Amino acid sequence: MGSYYLRRIISAVMTIVLIATLTFAMMHSIPGGPFVREKAVPDEILKALNEKYNLDAPLYIQYLDYMKGLITFDLGPSYSKIGTSVNDLLEAGFPTSAKIGGMASLLIILIGIPLGIISALKQNKPIDYIVMFMATLGVTVPSFVVATLIIYFFGGKLGWIPTFGLDTWRGYIGPVIALSGYSLSFVSRLTRSSMLEVLRQDYIRTARANGLSEFKVIAKHAVKNALIPVVTYIGPMVAAIMTGSFVIEKIFAVPGMGRYFIESIGNRDYTTIMGMTVFYAIFYIIMILLVDVAYSLIDPRIKLGKE
Amino acid sequence: MSKILEIKDLNTSFFTHMGEVKAVRGNSFSMEKGDILGIVGESGSGKSVTALSIMGLIEHPGRIKSGQVIFNGEVISNKSNKEMSNIRGSEISMIFQDPMTSLNPVYTIENLMTEVIIRHQKVSKSEAKRIAIEKLRMVGIPEPEKRISSYPHEFSGGMRQRAMIATALSCNPKLLIADEPTTALDVTIQAQILEILRRLANDLDTSIIIITHDLGVIAETCQNLIVMYGGMIMEQGTVDEIFHSPQHPYTLGLMNSIPKVHKKDKSRLLPIPGSPPDLMNPPKGCPFCPRCKYAMEICKEQMAPRYRIGNTHTSACWLLDAQAPDVEGFKKGCDIDG
Repeated sequence: MGSYYLRRIISAVMTIVLIATLTFAMMHSIPGGPFVREKAVPDEILKALNEKYNLDAPLYIQYLDYMKGLITFDLGPSYSKIGTSVNDLLEAGFPTSAKIGGMASLLIILIGIPLGIISALKQNKPIDYIVMFMATLGVTVPSFVVATLIIYFFGGKLGWIPTFGLDTWRGYIGPVIALSGYSLSFVSRLTRSSMLEVLRQDYIRTARANGLSEFKVIAKHAVKNALIPVVTYIGPMVAAIMTGSFVIEKIFAVPGMGRYFIESIGNRDYTTIMGMTVFYAIFYIIMILLVDVAYSLIDPRIKLGKE
Repeated sequence: MSKILEIKDLNTSFFTHMGEVKAVRGNSFSMEKGDILGIVGESGSGKSVTALSIMGLIEHPGRIKSGQVIFNGEVISNKSNKEMSNIRGSEISMIFQDPMTSLNPVYTIENLMTEVIIRHQKVSKSEAKRIAIEKLRMVGIPEPEKRISSYPHEFSGGMRQRAMIATALSCNPKLLIADEPTTALDVTIQAQILEILRRLANDLDTSIIIITHDLGVIAETCQNLIVMYGGMIMEQGTVDEIFHSPQHPYTLGLMNSIPKVHKKDKSRLLPIPGSPPDLMNPPKGCPFCPRCKYAMEICKEQMAPRYRIGNTHTSACWLLDAQAPDVEGFKKGCDIDG
């Protein structure tokens, strides 16, 4: 078991190095640089800036320097937000994004899964049609439309929630709902189809033949098996949601990390791009590891560390 | 001896988008306490649907259209699902064909067994575990105290089937329905499982229905036999009667399609030509008629009544009528039953 986690950690480190290298290579293949502006910057200023940030050194030197920093989780200075480091940006943005994302994830799990179960149990009945119609809407309508509608109706017309910022608890309602819409719909669809599959299994018939109550057949014998594919989706989803969404954060004027990420790409803010990517990668890998642990807890046939 | 089970004119259909599938059509039979009854027939002959009808486990879009299931003197076919769940697993138990998929993979054998025992016997957890271990020992699981904490995937196929039998017997049911209990197992394990069933029927005074398409299983285990085809009972009687003198062309066909290893002549196996009837539009007459080499005009028009060959032996075939032509082996001129 111990050697299993050791192997997982080694492979995780290798994955992160690979992701960092690929991102570094792709980023530098985009024309332009952090200090190139539409209005031509005088050559000597550009030179001085490049010199200051070591951008005049050959790429492989820059790469090695960056990787050296990465080992100590020093993600370097931001090129566009002068005077702040990428670590500062993460520290400022991540807690907010994680808070909204965490609440959204909770909402997805607590509402999406039960909706899927109910839908499966009432297959082809009105409630199933309603839930699946909403789920289709949730998956297809883009989040910025949902976000805008929420602001327009609940923020503007009804005045129930603020139209921007997170000053009161009401401020969280809009972003959390807009952020969870897609995944909530997806999770309820996934749970439904997984439940329908499990309900056809022979062991469900056995449970009924043994005289167990319908509640026990569903709650004990069906749900646990049906959750396996749902857990697969939820793990990486949590990583994606908790690292923020540019669109949602922009529309609700929330100071999260999602917008830094998008802005940094436009600005060729190399260190920020790298830092955000590596941070997301690490988070993602941890979530996948957690999913694997969850698998082995749900399904005894899956044993971690055994070939 | 009193009757443990009586089926009266059972009709079970599935109402699909395509139309009504008449899976069981007007079956009647009964069995005595302590009897081991075999129901034989090919896939789609209605044997499993008969069993599920007894259990009250016919699922949507199927339902029992008419007829009665009388268990131990009480009509159970009109009970609600909740009432039936008190009977299932305690009075009537069922085991299924594929022990690989019939046990929930995410729970231990202990968990799966004790939940049934606690459900029906209202005993403590430790008492339930004690009963479970005792039953596992009874079906021949070695070191049951240890193996009870295994998961189903840690058991072999034969052991899983034993565990399923142990669960089914955990509340000492009066009737056990075994739906193809040995089909998924290899031959040596088959024999062991059948031996267990036979022994338990004797020791626990449990009546058993064995559903199978394997006449070998019947010959080895059962006292009485029902032959089903196209949702209807073709022939019934004791195993001796039917094996020595089959009185229905379908039964005869089934017998001829078993390989006989000790037979000297190297005659070819005789499969029954054709395929089973479409139960969406069952033929007006005898369902076996299109595949029957003795078929007559009347067979197409009308299903034969039940002819009584002996005290316990009946067969629904026109060849047994007084006006039928002579066919070797068939006892022409029998009386119509009831």
